[in-house]
Amino acid sequence: MDFFTLTIPWSFPGGSFSIGLDALSVFFLIPLFIISSLCVFYGWEYLKHDTKNKSLSVTWFFYALLVFSMALVFMARNAILFLIAWELMAVSSFFLVMFEGEKAETTFAGWIYLVATHLGTAFLLVMFVILGNLAGSLEFNAFSNIDRFNPSLAGLIFILAVIGFGAKAGIVPFHVWLPEAHPAAPSHVSALMSGIMIKTGIYGLLRILTYLGQPPLWWGGLLIGSGLVSGVLGILLALSQHDIKRLLAYSSVENIGLICVGLGIGMLGQNTGMQTLMFLGYAGALLHIFNHSLFKSLLFLGAGAVAHAAGTKRMDFLGGFLKKMPWTAGTFLIGAIAICGLPPLNGFVSEFFIYWGSLEGLMARSHYLVGLFVIIIGAGALIGGLAVACFIKTFGIVFLGESRKPALKEIREITWLMRLPMILLAILCLAVGICSPWLLKMLRPVLEIVMAQAADDMSLLFSKATEALSMITNYAVILLLLFLGIFFLRRWAVKNRPIAAGETWACGYLHPSARMQYTASLFTQPLTMLFRNVLFFRQYKVLKGKFFPQEGSFKSETHDPAGYIYQPPFILFKIIAHRLRLIQHGNLHLYILYIVITLIVLLIWKVGFGL
Amino acid sequence: MKWYALIHIGLGLVGSPLLLGIMNRVKAFFAGRRGPALVQPYYDLWKLLRKGNVYSRTTTWIFTTGPMLGLAAVLTALTLMPFGGISALISFKGDLILFVYLLGITRFFTVLAGLDTGSSLEGMGASREVQFSALVEPALLLGLTALALETRCLSLSVIYRQMTTIIHPSIISVVLLVMVAFFFIFLTENARIPVDDPNTHLELTMVHEVMVLDHSGIDLAIIQYTAALKHWIFGLLIAGLAVPIHTGEFWLDTVGVLGGIFIVAVLVGVVESTLARFRLIHIPKMLVAASVLSVLAMILVEVSK
Repeated sequence: MDFFTLTIPWSFPGGSFSIGLDALSVFFLIPLFIISSLCVFYGWEYLKHDTKNKSLSVTWFFYALLVFSMALVFMARNAILFLIAWELMAVSSFFLVMFEGEKAETTFAGWIYLVATHLGTAFLLVMFVILGNLAGSLEFNAFSNIDRFNPSLAGLIFILAVIGFGAKAGIVPFHVWLPEAHPAAPSHVSALMSGIMIKTGIYGLLRILTYLGQPPLWWGGLLIGSGLVSGVLGILLALSQHDIKRLLAYSSVENIGLICVGLGIGMLGQNTGMQTLMFLGYAGALLHIFNHSLFKSLLFLGAGAVAHAAGTKRMDFLGGFLKKMPWTAGTFLIGAIAICGLPPLNGFVSEFFIYWGSLEGLMARSHYLVGLFVIIIGAGALIGGLAVACFIKTFGIVFLGESRKPALKEIREITWLMRLPMILLAILCLAVGICSPWLLKMLRPVLEIVMAQAADDMSLLFSKATEALSMITNYAVILLLLFLGIFFLRRWAVKNRPIAAGETWACGYLHPSARMQYTASLFTQPLTMLFRNVLFFRQYKVLKGKFFPQEGSFKSETHDPAGYIYQPPFILFKIIAHRLRLIQHGNLHLYILYIVITLIVLLIWKVGFGL
Repeated sequence: MKWYALIHIGLGLVGSPLLLGIMNRVKAFFAGRRGPALVQPYYDLWKLLRKGNVYSRTTTWIFTTGPMLGLAAVLTALTLMPFGGISALISFKGDLILFVYLLGITRFFTVLAGLDTGSSLEGMGASREVQFSALVEPALLLGLTALALETRCLSLSVIYRQMTTIIHPSIISVVLLVMVAFFFIFLTENARIPVDDPNTHLELTMVHEVMVLDHSGIDLAIIQYTAALKHWIFGLLIAGLAVPIHTGEFWLDTVGVLGGIFIVAVLVGVVESTLARFRLIHIPKMLVAASVLSVLAMILVEVSK
C-alpha cells in the first residue's frame, strides 16, 4: 500500500530505520509542509524584535528539528523509530515554547507541557510493547499481520492509544497543557503546534486503528463521548478566556473534539455496516483535520500580530485594530468565519459531513444508536452556536470599536513578510470551501486506508457526497453573487445621498469614552453565568460606601474543571517526593555510598541467585 | 427549472413586510386603537431607502457590509425553504444543515455590525443576542431532526412534502410538538415579545433593536427587510407543518400556506398583546424547552416505530 518504503537495519534493539509513505502519511505531510514553510516567513519578522541577548539560531534549529521530527512521525514504520521521532518532537517543541524562558509563566507552561507529553508517551510505550509482543516484531508491517486479537486485549490497546495520543491531541481531560503552552510559545510556533502538532495524536490514533481491525461498538461510543465533552467544554472555556491565544488554544480542544466525533461516527458505521455513515464520519473527520490546520494557524498568526503590535494578549486592553491593521483584521475575520463553520468557507464543509453523518445515523435500527445521534446533533449545534458567540467576541472586541487603552493608539500594520502567510492561508480557506468536491476526490486513497476492507461500493458513496458538495459549492457562489448584487445596488442607491459623520449614539450622552465599551468578559457574561457550574465561575465584588459610592473593584474568573482532576494526584506526588528528599542531601560522599551499596546488592543478587 | 418555486420566492420577497403590518394591526386591535395601515412597513422601508446616512466615526466597512451579507444569506436560505408541500427552488440531501448555517451567517454579521460602533449599549444587545442564538441553534436543528426522523428524509422539501396530518393522522402529536418548538424559535429569532420587545423605547431593555441603533438610511432598510424575510422563513417553517393536506393543485396549496403564514402572524400579534416580556434569565429556559419538545417528539417517533 505504501508508495515508497525504505528499511535500513539499525543497531537499536528491536528497531530498524524503516520509513514509508502512503496516502495517510501524505495527507498529514501536505498541511505540515504548507504551514511550516509559511510560518518561517512570519517568524522571521516576528522574532527580529526579540533579538536582544538571544541567539535566534537556536530557536530556528529547534524549529527545523520540530518540522523534521513531525515528518518522521508521519513516515515512521517502526515502533522504536516512531517513539524516537515522537520524543524528538516533544523535546524540540518544549524548547520552542521556552523561547521567553525568562518569564515565570513561560517556564511554568513549559514544564506542564513537558510533564503532560511524557505521561502520554508512557501510555504509548506500553501500547507498543503489547502490540510488539503480539506481532513478534516492532515493525508496523508486522502489526497488520496479527490475524486475530483477543477482544479485551484489542480494547486495552485502543484505550492506551486514546490516552497516549489523546494527550498530544488535547482530548479532555488530557488537554491541560494546551492552554498553557500555546500562549507561551511565539505565535508562529503556536500556529504550527496547534495547526499540525496536535494532529499527530489523531494521526497516531488513525494509524493504530488500521491494525486493530473491525472496531466494537463501544470504541466509537467512547470517541464520540470524549469528543463531545471536549467540544462543549473546550468552546465554553474558550468563550470565557481573556487572553486571545489561550482562547484559541481552548478552541483547538473543541475542534479536536469534533474530529473525534467524526471518527467515532465512522467507527459506528463500520461496526453496524452502515456504509454511508462510515464514509461521512471518516471523511468529515479527515476534512476537519485539514481545514482546522489551515484556519487555526491563520488565527494564531493574526492573534500574534495583534499581540506583538499591542504588547499585550489581554483582549480587554485591545480594540479598534481593524482601522490600524486592516490586513490582519481581514484575514482574521476569514479565519473566524471558517472556524465557526459558516458557509462558504472550509469549516462548513467538514461540519456538514459530520452533521450529515449523524442525520444518516437516525436511520439506524437500534433506539440507543438513534439516541446517541440525536445527542450528537444537539451537542454539535450547541458547540456551533457557542463557537459563533466566541469568535464574534474575539473579532468584535479586538478589531472593532475603539482602542480600550489610550497608549495603544500608535500601532502600525505588520510588514508584508508577516502579512503574506496570513493572506495565503485565508485564500486557502476560501478555496477549500468552494472547491470541496475536488478535495474530496483527492481524499479517496486516504479514506480507502482508513476504512480498510469495509468499503464495497466506494464509488457510489463518493458520487453521493460529491453531489451534495457541489450543491454547497453552488450555494457558496450564489451567496457571493447575491452579496455582490446587493453591494452594487446599494452603491448605486446611495450615490447622491447626503452622508454625515457623527458620534456613536450613547443614549444622548455626548462624551462617550473608549473605556465605556463592552469588554470581553462582559460580552460573554450571560453565557458564562448560564454555564457557571461547569466553568467554576467566581466573582469578587468590593463596593465601598452605602450612599456615596467610593472606589470599588470587581473581578470575575472561570476555572478549567480538568485542573481539579489533576490536583489530588499531583499533591500526593509532591508529598511523596518531599519525603524522598531524606535521601537527597547533595553530599557527594553519600551518593558514592549509594552507588557502592547498589553494586553490592546487585553482586549478591547475581551471585546468590545465579548458583 | 421549477418555475413555481420562483413564484414562491417572489411572494416572500414582496409579502414578508406585510407580516409585520399584520402583527401591528393585531396589537392595535387588542389595545383598542385603529393602528397603522397594513402596508405601513412598506412605507417605512421606502422612506428609509430615500434617506441619507449618518455614520459614527468609530465605524468601519464591517458596519455597512454586515447587513448586506446578512440579507444575501437570508435570500439564499429562502431558496431552500419549501412552500408547504411544494418543493423549494433547490433541494438536496442535507440541505437542512445548510439552511440552519445560512441563518447563522446573518446572525454573525448583524452582531458584528452592531459591535463595530463601539457603543456599550450595542455591545449589550450583541451579548444577549449571541446568548440566545447559541441556544436557538440546537433547538432549531433538533426540531428539524425530529421531522427528519419521522419522514426518514434529509431534505427540507421532501420532509415538508410528507408532513400531511390528514393522510397520516399518527404523526399529529409529533407535528404539534415540533410546531410549538418552532413557534418559540420564531419568537426568539424575530425578537418578539416575550423575548424582546420591538417597540420598547429604553435602550437598556432592548435586545435586537439596540444592535441596530446606529444604522440609518439604506442600511437600516436592509436590516429591516432582512428581519421581515426572517419572519417569512420562520413563518413558513410553522405554516408548512400546520397545513394538514396537500391537494397537488398548485394555487390551492399556495393559498393554503399563505393563509397559514398570516395566521402565524396573527397568533404572534395575540401573544404580543397578552404576554409581558420574560425576565432575561428566563429566556434560556424557554429555548431549552423548545429543544426538549423536539426531543420528546423524537421519542414518540421512536416508540411508535
